[in-house]
Amino acid sequence: MLSELKEQLPAGSAVEYLEKLFEKIEKSRLNAFTSLAKESALAQAREFDKSPGKGLLAGVPIAIKECISTKGIETNCSSRILRGYVPPYDAHVIERLKAEGAIVMGKTNMDEFAMGTSTETSAFGPTRNPWDLERVPGGSSGGSAACVAGGEAPCALGSDTGGSVRCPASFCGIVGLKPTYGLVSRFGLVAYANSLEQIGPLTGTVEDTALLMQVIAGHDWRDSTSAKKGFSLEGLKDGVKGLKIGIPKEYFGEGVDGEVEKAVWNAISTLENLGASWQEVSLPHTRYALAAYYVIAMSEASSNLARFDGLRYGLRVGEDQDWHTTFSEIRSQGFGPEVKRRILLGTYALSAGYYGRYYLKALKVRTLIKNDFQNAFKQVDILASPTMPIPAFKIGERINDPLSLYMADVFTVPINLAGVPAVSLPCGFAGHLPVGLQLMGPHFGEAAVLGAAQAFEEATPFHEARPEVI
Amino acid sequence: MEDVIIGLEIHVQLNRLQSKMFCGCSTAYHNSPPNSHTCPVCLGLPGSLPVINRKAVEYGIKVGLALNCRIEEETLFYRKNYYYPDLPKGFQISQYDFPLATQGQIMILGDDGIERDIRINRAHMEEDPGRLVHAGTIDRAKYTMVDYNRCGMALLEIVTEPDLRSPKEARAFLDKLKSILEYLDVFDGSLEGAMRVDANISLKGGDRTEVKNISGFKGVEKALSYEITRQRNLKRRNIKVVQETRHFDEVRNITVSIRSKVEAHDYRYFPECDLAVMRIAPWVPAIREALPELPDAKRQRFVSQYGLTDDHAKSLTSEIKVANFYEFVAGQASPKLAAVWIADVLKGELNYRDRGIDAFRAEHMVEIVDLLEKGRITEDGAVAIIRELLDKGGSPQEIVKSKGLGKAEDETVRKAVKEAVAESAAAVADYKAGSERALNYIVGQVMKKTRGKADAGEVHRLVKEEVDRA
Repeated sequence: MLSELKEQLPAGSAVEYLEKLFEKIEKSRLNAFTSLAKESALAQAREFDKSPGKGLLAGVPIAIKECISTKGIETNCSSRILRGYVPPYDAHVIERLKAEGAIVMGKTNMDEFAMGTSTETSAFGPTRNPWDLERVPGGSSGGSAACVAGGEAPCALGSDTGGSVRCPASFCGIVGLKPTYGLVSRFGLVAYANSLEQIGPLTGTVEDTALLMQVIAGHDWRDSTSAKKGFSLEGLKDGVKGLKIGIPKEYFGEGVDGEVEKAVWNAISTLENLGASWQEVSLPHTRYALAAYYVIAMSEASSNLARFDGLRYGLRVGEDQDWHTTFSEIRSQGFGPEVKRRILLGTYALSAGYYGRYYLKALKVRTLIKNDFQNAFKQVDILASPTMPIPAFKIGERINDPLSLYMADVFTVPINLAGVPAVSLPCGFAGHLPVGLQLMGPHFGEAAVLGAAQAFEEATPFHEARPEVI
Repeated sequence: MEDVIIGLEIHVQLNRLQSKMFCGCSTAYHNSPPNSHTCPVCLGLPGSLPVINRKAVEYGIKVGLALNCRIEEETLFYRKNYYYPDLPKGFQISQYDFPLATQGQIMILGDDGIERDIRINRAHMEEDPGRLVHAGTIDRAKYTMVDYNRCGMALLEIVTEPDLRSPKEARAFLDKLKSILEYLDVFDGSLEGAMRVDANISLKGGDRTEVKNISGFKGVEKALSYEITRQRNLKRRNIKVVQETRHFDEVRNITVSIRSKVEAHDYRYFPECDLAVMRIAPWVPAIREALPELPDAKRQRFVSQYGLTDDHAKSLTSEIKVANFYEFVAGQASPKLAAVWIADVLKGELNYRDRGIDAFRAEHMVEIVDLLEKGRITEDGAVAIIRELLDKGGSPQEIVKSKGLGKAEDETVRKAVKEAVAESAAAVADYKAGSERALNYIVGQVMKKTRGKADAGEVHRLVKEEVDRA
């Protein structure tokens, strides 16, 4: 726990702790990190050892997903096209972390431009799941989840466009939060689908997630979608007595692994024993969510990724020719196949004649899904479901079947469409693989969601289980 | 030109703003090194986000109201997607459905000598791309450089209905528009690239062509004249005009084809989700209230308040600076005389020297009009003074003295002196008898004759001379 680490650090040594982590990472087979910021991190740690600061995260190392801009540290979204791009500015969340004394230790692997559910589409090769090195850690923030689960970093930041924090948290047996859209500034987050994504913490415990949220949440004028709201720990330890939990019937049954479903139902029973009640609710438009999500995400991606032409930064190939030839060549060599697929599909969906049929229709579905959640939250305080319908699958098992990969996001994407918060926390095992429980709340209902998660965590041992990584 | 149909699209840089459209970069880049007025936002660096410049929207509303448009209740921005090296994000933030202002009109003097309204279809806001500097001409350059200083400047694109009937009317429209924009203090037309014009042109019954990116109003007249001749000749030879985009070559004074309709872009417009919708309806009443007097109103007031001819009033009100200059002079000297000398003489001299009204001090004009009114300089003298002031500087008094332009006045005084001496025999006798004070009586007589306009010291000297000689 970060609170324990924070107590130990001043007594021991931040440098020593950091060096141990770096040593572990360099021997590691997880491939969770894409680069380590050894020099700047150690300098900061030495500073801390000389005079420990009082920030909320003073002396605490943190791993940062490749798509969050870090001044002076390469930020390449695990893509060839951005190799060598070193941002001249820090993302809002990095500024906040630094202001509270946290030490950026390195950047973590991800699906290229966050497009994936397995961290297999990275230009740096796949990250491995610390619970089973043959399996994926989930994605797209796979590196951030694997390094925390594998003991290579005490905490990490990821980003969640359609489940990219929650899915790897679930597969790696740790806690991951997708905050309400607008609660955390996106300034400095390299956009994949800007109307859907949020930066979120990946940590070992609920309390740590809450602590990171305290640091990174809050208004930032540089992000026009940033809400004038903060995050408070109040009520985190109030328990679940009287809490009404909704069980969305569309999130169970067909397509859900039996052991996953069992673990989630056990978790619901645990919450019930702690004083909560549950009832079945319906989110009737769930079956349209995946299609709507992918149309919107790909459409936005086709535009967000248009800036990568190699002219001002990033990959340059061969000799420069005329504009069209040169930027086409750079893009065709710089992007991987999944990124190209999404750019092409998104471009198609936005084209004249198809815009109404795809993009506009997807926006309408998005409204219906939002309404589904609003209606549900009139009856219950939070919703509970599996985070992922399946446990971590094997590396290479699904990568050539994009549709089955997309299907795995079925319980996570509706949350992004609705803009509501959701946390994934460990709630048991399917065989030797962790299972994630997803708790969802209304807009800015982080306190209710994390409060229930905290109560569950206190009553169960799952968050203490750690894989033995060699 | 009954059969000519012209519509204009005018890009107006709101260059009186302090900062760019979506970032804090300064707009005063015109004398700076390339790419020195940039930041992560206007360079479109990964992770950067736009923030609307409220003042820019306010300026846009101001223009909309001055063009008698209906103002939309909310701002809605779209992404216009296309690849070009001057566009660092691969899309331009612009407006599409629901532009800021629609359905306006402004009055121009038609070729038939009758004033009539030219309808404005819409005015929408967008960001300026960067500037390409070709090494040589556009079709033969070996390489091209990009300067992003201009990138992100607030632009207003004003689109007319096809209501113009000749190149001359197009010019009249642009003159009027420029005049209004400068009255509103949102625009400085003297800066490079401040206004760029695309013109759509056709002959009745034929297809239209679009001539792109014409700079300078003379350029618009020339490009349109050429294009009309070209289309007429095609018609005479029974060749159909092809619907296409053409470029105006300022050096050769011709238009050349750059894109046919089949190659037309699909810009894949879709909403810019990074910008929050801004409700502007509540701003409108205050902005309307604060609108300054516009050219047509000022012209009418000049006629009624100062008794000017309509031609003089028009000439004096087309530029806000000239109008202000005139009112300053008219407040301290004869308004009618000032109108003649400013509208007919000073403006001509300035035009001849390609200089603006700033090159002449209004105080000097007051003096000149005053000298003219008192008959102390001739009209030729006044012209000479104006030229001297423009070419060498100084002050009117100095020039009158050094160039002896006050001659006419000296003659009057000498004549009065002669008369007074002849009529004052007693005083002359007293003087000759040794009474120096007796001269004062004669000086008094001269002053009476010249109604006090002569210089008393000078008169004293002249009287003494005259009496001594007698």
